[in-house]
Amino acid sequence: MRVALFLTCVNDTLYPDTGRAVVKLLTRLGVDIDFPMGQTCCGQAHYNTGYRHEAEPLARKFSDVFGEYDAIVTPSGSCGAMVRELYPRMGERARAEGRGDGLAATLAPVVPKTYELTEFLVDVLGVTDVGAYYPHTVTYHPTCHGLRSLGLGDRPYQLLRAVKGLDLKELPGAQECCGFGGTFAVKNSDVSAAMAEDKVRNAGSTGADVLCAADNSCLMHLGGTMSRLHTAMRPVHIAEILASTQEEPLS
Amino acid sequence: MSGTFVGMPAFPKAAHEAVGNTTLRANLRHATHTIRDKRAKAVAELDDWALLREAGKQIKDHTLRHLDTYLVQLEEAVTAAGGVVHWAADADEANRIVTRLVKETGESEVVKVKSMATQEIGLNEALEAAGIAAYETDLAELIVQLGHDRPSHILVPAIHRNRGEIRDIFTKEMGAWGRPAPEGLTDTPAELAEAARLHLREKFLRAKVGISGANFMVAATGTLVVVESEGNGRMCLTLPETLISVVGIEKIVPTWRDLEVFLQTLPRSSTAERMNPYTSMWTGTSDSDGPQTFHLVLIDNGRTDTLADEVGRQALRCIRCSACLNVCPVYERAGGHAYGSVYPGPIGAILSPQLRGTASEIDASLPYASSLCGACYEVCPVAIDIPEVLVHLRERVVQGGEVTRRGAKVTLKPAKGHAGERAAMRAARWAFTHPAALATGQRLAARTRRFHPRMLPGPGRAWSATRDLPQVPAESFRDWWQRTHGSKESGK
Repeated sequence: MRVALFLTCVNDTLYPDTGRAVVKLLTRLGVDIDFPMGQTCCGQAHYNTGYRHEAEPLARKFSDVFGEYDAIVTPSGSCGAMVRELYPRMGERARAEGRGDGLAATLAPVVPKTYELTEFLVDVLGVTDVGAYYPHTVTYHPTCHGLRSLGLGDRPYQLLRAVKGLDLKELPGAQECCGFGGTFAVKNSDVSAAMAEDKVRNAGSTGADVLCAADNSCLMHLGGTMSRLHTAMRPVHIAEILASTQEEPLS
Repeated sequence: MSGTFVGMPAFPKAAHEAVGNTTLRANLRHATHTIRDKRAKAVAELDDWALLREAGKQIKDHTLRHLDTYLVQLEEAVTAAGGVVHWAADADEANRIVTRLVKETGESEVVKVKSMATQEIGLNEALEAAGIAAYETDLAELIVQLGHDRPSHILVPAIHRNRGEIRDIFTKEMGAWGRPAPEGLTDTPAELAEAARLHLREKFLRAKVGISGANFMVAATGTLVVVESEGNGRMCLTLPETLISVVGIEKIVPTWRDLEVFLQTLPRSSTAERMNPYTSMWTGTSDSDGPQTFHLVLIDNGRTDTLADEVGRQALRCIRCSACLNVCPVYERAGGHAYGSVYPGPIGAILSPQLRGTASEIDASLPYASSLCGACYEVCPVAIDIPEVLVHLRERVVQGGEVTRRGAKVTLKPAKGHAGERAAMRAARWAFTHPAALATGQRLAARTRRFHPRMLPGPGRAWSATRDLPQVPAESFRDWWQRTHGSKESGK
């Protein structure tokens, strides 16, 4: 099986550790993962801000870069949802605008092959115990697109519960949005900040020292809020926890 | 829509004030979380909720697709049952019709059943201008009216008020409108409800004209349906001599059988009740029972134009349950007034810019009043994909495009104030279609990382005012991969 890592532009630029963790984790599980250098961005920020026509070339490029692989794995529920949920919709809209089936046909092949990391581990590889060791108290925030668009459900919890040394705490109000929402964080900054503060407060109430999620954009927003509020908690991507072992602990 | 909302600032500005109001935020948080949790329990009781939701969606879609047929059928049935049907293209026309109908009765006051349609057209203000007093009889609407306030929620218009505030409003204002509040009124719910009951009873017994909306209209029989919890609606619908119902044209269901679905999903979604306490149905007039004159005013007011939009039209499925408001994290913090419309929350954010167009500052800002978290779609009993419509309307705001206005196709220009953003999006698209440019940008950012400011300029300031930015790493993943796996064949 030829598996490609779709890291996302945010992770590539700002969170390379998450990418290295995915590579380490999947290699440990016997997956030969490739990083196609032509990849950039799925176009979600464009699409969700209203620039669908700017997002289309990015979607085409995604299909061009990843189309030949058997599976595409991404450590981002949000970008995964863009491909799986919104690429088909982009195709439909193009058709509705009288532009034919071209875009739909171009994008269709990558849609079913794209997996968010925890889906790939549980559904494709069939593992929940990835042999990880992480001696911390952790609370998990199920980000909106992972939760509602992709329906990740119990998968991240199954994976975290199997990590040795990890004490998983339930997050109050877990299903509530953290307030990031891409450009929402800037366009409606006050509401966004109020949402983040509540999320950080809820996370703090669990006594956990790590806030975990499957999306670094949400963690960037929450981490930025934690830093400003001087909370002791750290934001950590689930890939980094799952990659951590007794021999090679997460630094 | 309602004149009371004209001149509202754009959403972020209005929300800024609301977020800073700690009483308002506490009131809203308490109320929305209580209703939200109760709703989830009420919905979980039904094994066939998903099927009911799908049925509701399909009934509404079918009706909207054949709206012309069902409207004609409804008009015939209402007329045959002794009612008179009036058609209003917009708010002004509807207000003129209702004002004329009230004047023809010779009366100068009316009692009202809570109705979103009459709020949408600003009927109370229009009647007041014509010297007619319109008394709201729903408890929360009464609080809003006595407080010279605006509603902030579809179902619970006074959700932003707490008991103490309500007691003060009753004590201060009731006397000016009729029976004053009892001496020494406290803020216990029972006392407040009793004060309202006594105040309203006088009005029910005196009024000769009632004005209502309707939750549903059955095309086959010309029957109108109002569901409510307090019994004030039943009073207004049965005691007056003349009843005028003002209803949006999308409120039709084809047959009585279709009601079965909505009479299950509406109360559970809105008040978290298995069944609402009062369901009133009336078909035209009948001798010596209830109002002897019945007028139905059917309002379009942007609905036909909305129907012409194939993505946006799903907003017309809305049954005004307000479940989307109660789960929305943005509504919870910004409050209902920030939406600048009688339809606040997620449904308001997609309905108002369609009914009114996106020309005003507030309407252009509403499609962005959401983080697209999807909680609203999840709870909607008629499965309106609100995030999908929000993004669709964002496109309309930033890119312009063809829309239908008063039945004619017009091409909208992109809204003002987005030029910088548009340029940035274009530049980002260019960089993202040229991976080498992206890599160069990443390297430049990494090399200059020590000099990055903690506070961002321009629009980024909004971010760094409340959150710290992550530090740019010394090496992007791309460069790390190239360095460590570079020899390996690496796709495109």
